[in-house]
Amino acid sequence: MESFLSRYRNLTALLLLIVGQLLLLAYQVKGQGDARLIRIWAVSAVTPAARAIEWIRDGTGGFFAGYVFLRNVQQENQQLRAYTSQLKLNNQFLSAELASADRAKVLLEFRSRIPSRTLPVRVIGTGTGANSRVFYVDRGSADGVKRGMAAITAEGIVGKVVASYPAASLVQLLTEHESVAGVISQKNRVRGILKGRGRNTCVVEYVRNEEKLEPGEWFYTSGADRIYPRGLPVGQVKQVREGRGGKEIEVEPSALRGGWIEEMLIVLDGVHDLIPDVQAQADPAISILPAPPEDGSAQPVPSATPEQGGPVQQTDADKVREKYRRLGESQGFAYGASPGRVADYNRPVPAAIPPPKTETVKPPEPPKQ
Amino acid sequence: MAFDDNLLPNTPRKTKVPKFRLAAYLVIPLLAILFQVYIPRFFEYLSYLELPLLVTVYFSIMRRQPIAGALIGAVIGLLQDSLSHHPLGMFGIVKTLVGYFAASISQRFDVENSALRFILSFFFFLFHQLFFWVMASGLLGQQLEFQLPQTIIFAFLNAVVAVPLFLILDRLKTVEA
Repeated sequence: MESFLSRYRNLTALLLLIVGQLLLLAYQVKGQGDARLIRIWAVSAVTPAARAIEWIRDGTGGFFAGYVFLRNVQQENQQLRAYTSQLKLNNQFLSAELASADRAKVLLEFRSRIPSRTLPVRVIGTGTGANSRVFYVDRGSADGVKRGMAAITAEGIVGKVVASYPAASLVQLLTEHESVAGVISQKNRVRGILKGRGRNTCVVEYVRNEEKLEPGEWFYTSGADRIYPRGLPVGQVKQVREGRGGKEIEVEPSALRGGWIEEMLIVLDGVHDLIPDVQAQADPAISILPAPPEDGSAQPVPSATPEQGGPVQQTDADKVREKYRRLGESQGFAYGASPGRVADYNRPVPAAIPPPKTETVKPPEPPKQ
Repeated sequence: MAFDDNLLPNTPRKTKVPKFRLAAYLVIPLLAILFQVYIPRFFEYLSYLELPLLVTVYFSIMRRQPIAGALIGAVIGLLQDSLSHHPLGMFGIVKTLVGYFAASISQRFDVENSALRFILSFFFFLFHQLFFWVMASGLLGQQLEFQLPQTIIFAFLNAVVAVPLFLILDRLKTVEA
């Protein structure tokens, strides 16, 4: 026996290694157990490196954004100072608009809008393996994140937490194999099970051929899976056709449409919401004009202005401009006339102040003879 | 009649076995795994690069000992498993086999040759992906798709990266025993 083992030493060692790992695999699969200690060690070992890499990346990006690009901004500002006050006002307006488009703000706004209790997280790494559809986020069990919690963004559901470690968690994307979610269509209220298949799109199963469903229709979470609260957007139907065992529906997840996700929310305490109704979209080419005057006098439609005292028909841009005008006037700030000074746009908007009246310059009276 | 060892086809090649510092065995696989975990965040198209596999192949063919190759593969694979959502052992078993076969092949061929390294990397990537798919389907019952054309392209890309990577790693050799 000993000579046999020494003769086939290499093969024996290989078999021992394989059998050992097979037993480990069997323990995890059959016993529903997990070699959690090994994973905790591994994740805890690499998490500091992830934070360091993220810190370096942020710092490098901040350096370029805050110094290298700032020089250009300064030159640009010097040119802008020569422009008219109207251009400066537009510049402020666009800056404010850009700031409000920040992803984090969108996420926080979404967070305050939904009834569920959520925790904002940031992606710090991806899972191993080619074409992996899992990633690590920077919050873990110490922050209350548990396995099975949903990960969402304002655009829709992202996936669920499949493992939670003290300082990080592993989130599995909706498109990964074995990912499932209970869904319901918005328009026709068709229920089904959304399944990931390792591609960029998912399929919805268990929908009968008799059910009515159209391409472009939205699917929302139904809440039946007890992971995703009801009422969160999932995605739009990309393709639908009749199949042998039921409809074959391909859905493009809305949250994953924009490419890489940086921030998301983990649903700590899910609360079901309503499925929004389909709103008939107004055709921009059609508009209803005000009724003609009863006396039959053909008057042109008044383009009412505050100066004329009539009802003001404002666009969104007019409203924002009016808001900034009020803010500026309440702080004694004159746009274009105070270089280097910026009004505080975070203050509450004061009540309406009548716009400054334009003094009409009367033509000089002819000298009396 | 005297037999010359060199004439026997089954005799392993008697070549010098390069040695590396212990730190290289620890740091390089760790860096390869960290690369796979964090770099695809910034460059998504690099997620198809299987650096842990390439490192396993390199150290195995350099050690030229099947047991050492299998051990290297098992350790790297299990570390990779612990950072994935798969049960521990999936990457471990596949990389154990890769390490074992790579070391066995290195006993017969001149693995310093870049063309051979390219072929080995290409072949082992295919083997790695195929065997992983077999295990996921057979042992875990997962219905994964195995897209052969895509896998062949990725195998080629990994092999292209492997050649310069191995040349860089060659510089870490300390002595040849």
